[in-house]
This record gives sequence, structure tokens and C-alpha cells, in this order.
Amino acid sequence: MANWVFHSLSRGIRTTRWPTDPETAAGVTPGRPRAGVGSAELAARCPTEALFPHDNGVGVDFGHCVHCQRCRHGDEALAWEQDFTWTSKPEQGREALPARFSRSIHVRYIDAGACGGCMGEIRLIDAPAYNMHRVGIFITATPRDADVLLVGGPVTEAMREPLRKAYEAMPEPKRVVAMGVCAINGGVFGTSFASAGGVAAEIPVDLVIPGCPPPPLAIIHALLAVTGRTEPAELVENP
Amino acid sequence: MSTASGISNLAQALRDQHADTTIHDRGDRLLIEASTDRLYDLAVALTSDHGCEFADLAIEQHAEQDAEEDTASFTARYFFYADTGVLVEIVTASTNAELPAISDRIHAADWHEREAEDMFGIHFTGHPFMGDFILHDTVWPENVAPMRRGFDHGERVSEKGLGEDWQPPRLIDEPGLFAFPVGPIWSDYAESGLWILETPGEHIHQAHTRLFYKFRGVQKIAEGQSTGQALLLAERFSGSSAFAHGLAYCQALEKLAGCEVPARAQMLRVIVAEFERIRYHAMTIAELAGSTGLAVGKARGQDIEETLLRLSGEVFSHRYLFGLIAPGGLAWAPDDEALARLDHGLQAAAEELEQLERLLTASSSFLDRIEEMGGLSTEDAVRYGTLGPVARAADRTLDLRVSLPYGIYDRLKVTVAHETEGDGYARMRVFFSEIRVSAALIRDLLSRLEDGPFAAPFEVVPGAALGWVEAPAGATFHWLRVDEAGLIARWQVAAPSFRNWHAFQQVFDGAAFQDFPIIMASYGLSVAENDR
Ligand code: SF4
Ligand code: SF4
Repeated sequence: MANWVFHSLSRGIRTTRWPTDPETAAGVTPGRPRAGVGSAELAARCPTEALFPHDNGVGVDFGHCVHCQRCRHGDEALAWEQDFTWTSKPEQGREALPARFSRSIHVRYIDAGACGGCMGEIRLIDAPAYNMHRVGIFITATPRDADVLLVGGPVTEAMREPLRKAYEAMPEPKRVVAMGVCAINGGVFGTSFASAGGVAAEIPVDLVIPGCPPPPLAIIHALLAVTGRTEPAELVENP
Repeated sequence: MSTASGISNLAQALRDQHADTTIHDRGDRLLIEASTDRLYDLAVALTSDHGCEFADLAIEQHAEQDAEEDTASFTARYFFYADTGVLVEIVTASTNAELPAISDRIHAADWHEREAEDMFGIHFTGHPFMGDFILHDTVWPENVAPMRRGFDHGERVSEKGLGEDWQPPRLIDEPGLFAFPVGPIWSDYAESGLWILETPGEHIHQAHTRLFYKFRGVQKIAEGQSTGQALLLAERFSGSSAFAHGLAYCQALEKLAGCEVPARAQMLRVIVAEFERIRYHAMTIAELAGSTGLAVGKARGQDIEETLLRLSGEVFSHRYLFGLIAPGGLAWAPDDEALARLDHGLQAAAEELEQLERLLTASSSFLDRIEEMGGLSTEDAVRYGTLGPVARAADRTLDLRVSLPYGIYDRLKVTVAHETEGDGYARMRVFFSEIRVSAALIRDLLSRLEDGPFAAPFEVVPGAALGWVEAPAGATFHWLRVDEAGLIARWQVAAPSFRNWHAFQQVFDGAAFQDFPIIMASYGLSVAENDR
């Protein structure tokens, strides 16, 4: 007989204390480039135009950064910050859900063409290291029980209708979170014959999570922002 | 047998049998120019008489031609390989958008032909089941052929498909049987796809897989992109095996450029690729434990997976290894201190995994759910040309690291995992055993890492070439054509999940409804990788 209890207890508590305490363990996030000093050549190195030249250096549009790291290494590089509180509220995004939701929100995840990056990170928000239940986040199997629709991927042609139907099936009040640059604007897949170029092409979006992929804590940060428990950040940063 | 003598022996044998075809020994491969009439016999001879595996079918449309035109002409390249390290390419031309189907004898080519039919509007004579595949009849109108040259890939197709009028195929006609759809949105965090289970109520009589809900047209949207831009796609169409696909893509570019990747870069590439395999398998094991309801097993598996992801983030700056691979070597490389942390962290994770294996194999309630469940017969494993761990659990020993070595694998000792039962338990043992082999490879290379640059200077050279890698889920082949301007003109990706999903419907013998997620988890396949 396998003694799971003994082996599990012997390992102690593995769960992060964030947001109560900061989480600084190496590798919980890939980090992101911050706007700063830099030449126009440095900005031009960015393959997705997330970097833009500015009078004071180089600015960053996080909604386009695919973490390709091309601005991270080499002679001239931007400073990267190991944070993960990236969620941002687009102009047309609705306000946070009322306080009565803040102890328990139910989320339906929809894969609208996400790759293994976003798929991998979303699965981990309920892993021991992050344990979403401790902050009142629950995943539900049906959109009829969902307060929040969390969507990954550029929204492929065949997922447009299932996505819209899922949104329509949700009871009010409801919110939509677009996860990863693909869901924000199509990411590397862009807008094409096969991809809608993001969730907003099909349903209203209230919060976006930059990142390719956003790590589990960035997803939890966004889901906390849905009920106003954390503050959204800016999507574009000038130096 | 060395590759060179393998190639010339095979060339001789084929010349004797097929006197009327032109066979070139190109050093790295055997190139056979054949008319479409001879294609079928040659392909069958390669697979039946010479033990070759079908690898990939890459189609190219000639010059500027209209999307609509039926008379478009194409070049079709069929790739095969033998485990003696021999790569074979049959080139044939079609002037009437027709090709003979080879899939009635070489079933592994079935989905490749269906893909070419959907993407290029090529008719495969003798193919029994064409239609609703990548371009679902529900959403796409008839006669769209997105890979044709005239097709504007920036625009949404304005006409619509059948919508709700589409009827799922019924494969069995039996009283009392009904079709139960699973998907496309289902389970907690499952990838989108549809599985139609035909059942009288509890036992699954037949499963029909309908994928490509996640079709992002990667091979088309890459056309006209720079090689650096398309590399982003190569890493991201299947982010769970980003490094493997990026590597196959870069190897094709390096072959064109005649670029020699320096020793240290070669070794680092193996280290990263094997690290990715370990992480991929750890994820599959966690999912498998979770699918049986063994929450503690899943938690332990995920804890190890997260440890590996953090290690990756710490050492390689990205949890999924994006931005590391580059043509010529690596885009950048971790320093010695970081590599020492990798060594240390990996050893700890490997021990954790050993312990997890012991716990799982001592949990009879867990074993009951995966033993003799989801069995793939060796016969089907061969017939469908399955790849990777799925194949190696079903008595096949294919592994490109050994059968068609790339990089420095010919100088490394790779023990190919091998089980025979083909069930969920055999697959789990293969995952664990591959983790051990990969960990040993990494440890060995880290202990004797050569000094030198992490990349060679690289310049894009036009032409066409094939790159391949044994990705975590199995063999992947990337065929590339780069035009005179250095832009991607054509990119064909053969992904292991594509091949293995094809065989998935074969494994439901004796399975009940509640076994479905378990069988799926034990396969460890990616939908994103398949759908592209
Ligand atoms: S890491 Fe982001 S900002 Fe930097 S070059 Fe890549 S995409 Fe651009
Ligand atoms: S945002 Fe990046 S990680 Fe997420 S699905 Fe898109 S390509 Fe994959």
C-alpha cells in the first residue's frame, strides 16, 4: 500500500502566501521588460512591435510582448522585472464585480486556440503551489454557473460560436478575462482567415492578462481583480 | 550499418526493382523522382519491403496560380525513413490537382492526405473518406483551399458553412446506440476538441475524434514572414514542446545554410530538449493521476511539474523555454552557475519522480484504472504509424534520436524505452523510464560540457530542407522552403500528436464512459500541436 499521507505530510506546506505576503521564489514568473533607457535599434529588435522608441528611451506595450527575450540579452538590453501583477483593464472594460463575490467566484475556462503554454499555466492555478481555492476561486464545468469567463487563445474560426454561446449562457452579472497576448490581440497568430485576433472580436472583454503565457500568479492576480481585490496595472509603459 | 552505406544499399535495391525511376544518392538522403503512376508502388515497396516508416507529405503549389483554379499544378514530396538512419524523399508532380492515395496500404499517411485535400484542394484518388476534417463543414464553405497561393490569409472567408445542419458521422448502426458528444468545451481545463462516443448507455462501442477546433493556420500565416518571425510560431503553436519544434525548425534552416552548430551549443541543445521531455512527461503523469481521481497523486505530480517550470524560469528565463533556440545554436546561454543550479534542481526532481513512481505503482486502486485500459495493439500501432511514447508502449522501438540521429545524438547513449502491452499502465512506465534516460543524458553532458560559443554566426540561405526532432510526444518533421528574399515560402509541420490522435479511436475496446478521460490522459497528447 502506498503511504501517500506520510509522504505528503513530510513535505510540509508547499503553497504560496501571496497575496498576503510577497512571492519572490525564482522562476514563478518569466518576468517582463520595463520601459527605460535604450536606443531605437533596441526597440527595433522586438519582433512584435511591443517596444517603441520614445524621447526618453524605449517604451513597452505589454499587450504585444510575447516574451521572446530578444530585448533581454546582448550588449544593449532592457531591465526585466520579476513581477507578475500584470492584469490590465481595457477602456471598455466593466467595473469590478460587487463585493459579495469577493469570497467566491466561479470561473469557466475556455480554450479558444491556446497553446500548451497557456494551457499548462491555467491548469496549475489549482496545483499545491498556488491553490486557488484558498483565495475563493473555483472552476466550474458549465458556463451557466460561471461568474467569469477566462479565455485563452486567439479565438479560432471554429471556436467563435462556442465562445459566444458560452458567454450568452452565463447569468448576469458576468465578466470576461482574456488570458495571454493571443487572447488580447491574436499574439503571434494575429488576425487571419483562421483567427479572430483576440476575444474582443466576439464578446466584451473586461480584463486582459498580458504574457505569453501569463504565469499562474498572474492569472490569480487577474481573477482577484475581477472582484476588486487587486488593482489592475497599466498596459503601456513610457520610459 | 553506416548511413552512407545504408543509402547506397537501398538505392541499389530500389534501382533493381524500379528500373524506370530516377534515384539520386544525395548523401543525406535518397531522392527519388517518380511519376504519379509509380508513386504508389514505390511507397509500398519502401514500407513493406525495406522497413521504412512514412514521415511526412509536403505539397507545394507551382508559381503564382489562382486559388480557384482546378488545374493548379503541385509538387508533392513524400518522406520516409528507415531505422538504419536512411531518409528517403519521393518527389512527384501533379498537373491536375490529383494524386493517388497511398493510405489504403500506408494507413499512417491517411490524415496527411486528408490535410492536403483540405488545405490544397487536391483530390486523392482511391481515398475513401474525405470531407469534414481540418476545415469543419459547419464553419467553412466548400471549396476553400487556404494553402493555395491566391488565397488571402489575412481575411476571414466571407461565406459560411452548414452551421447547425451538419450531422456528426455515425459509424455504427445498431439499435439502442446513441451518440454522446464530449466537447468542444468540456471538463475543467480541457483543450477544445470533440469526441463523439457511440454507446448504448455505459460501454463505449465506438469513438470518433473531431479535432481542429484550434486550427490557427500556422503553416499558411507563416508564408511571407521572416525566418525570425516564423520561429516565434514554431515555438508557440505547441508551447508545451516549444523547444523541440523550434529545434526542428532551426535544423532545417541550418541545413540550408550549411551552418555547423558549435559543440557547446549542440550539448546545450540536448540538455534543454531532454529537460523539456522530463517536464512534459511529468505533466502527463500528473494529469493521469488526476484523471483517475487520485488527488494526492495529481498534487505530487503537479508539485514536481511546478518545480521543473520554476527551474526552467530560473535557468532559462522562461517557464516554457521560449526565446532560447535560434538558428546556429542558442539565442543566449545560461552561465555556469545557472547550469549548476539546473544540475542540482534536476537531480532533486528526478528523485521526487522516482518516489512518485513507487507510490503510484503501489496504489492498487490507481493501477486498476489504467491496467488493460486504453490498449493500443501493436498491429494498430504499426498500421497507424503511431509515434513517441504511445508507440514505444505498444512494442515499437522507434525513436529519432536513435533511428535518424540529429545533432550529437549519434554520439550519445540513448536507451529507448520499450513496453509491450500498449495499455495505460505501459504508457505510464514508458513516461517514467524516458524521464530517467533524459535525466541521465543531462547529467552526463553537464559533467563534460565543452567550452566554446553557444552559437555560430548564421545567415539565411534560400532553398528547401527538412529538419526533425524526437519531440516529447514523438517524431516531428519540419519541411521548409525559404525564398530568395529570405522569407518563408512554405512550411510543412508533421507533428506527433497528429499521427497519434489518428489512432486514438482504436483504443476503446472494453472501455466504459468513466474511462474516457483516463485513456485520454494516458495518451499525453496535445490538441494544439495537432491542430496547428
Ligand atoms: S521580450 Fe517582449 S518586448 Fe522584448 S523583444 Fe520580445 S516581444 Fe519585444
Ligand atoms: S499567449 Fe503565448 S502561451 Fe498563451 S496561447 Fe498564445 S502563444 Fe501560447
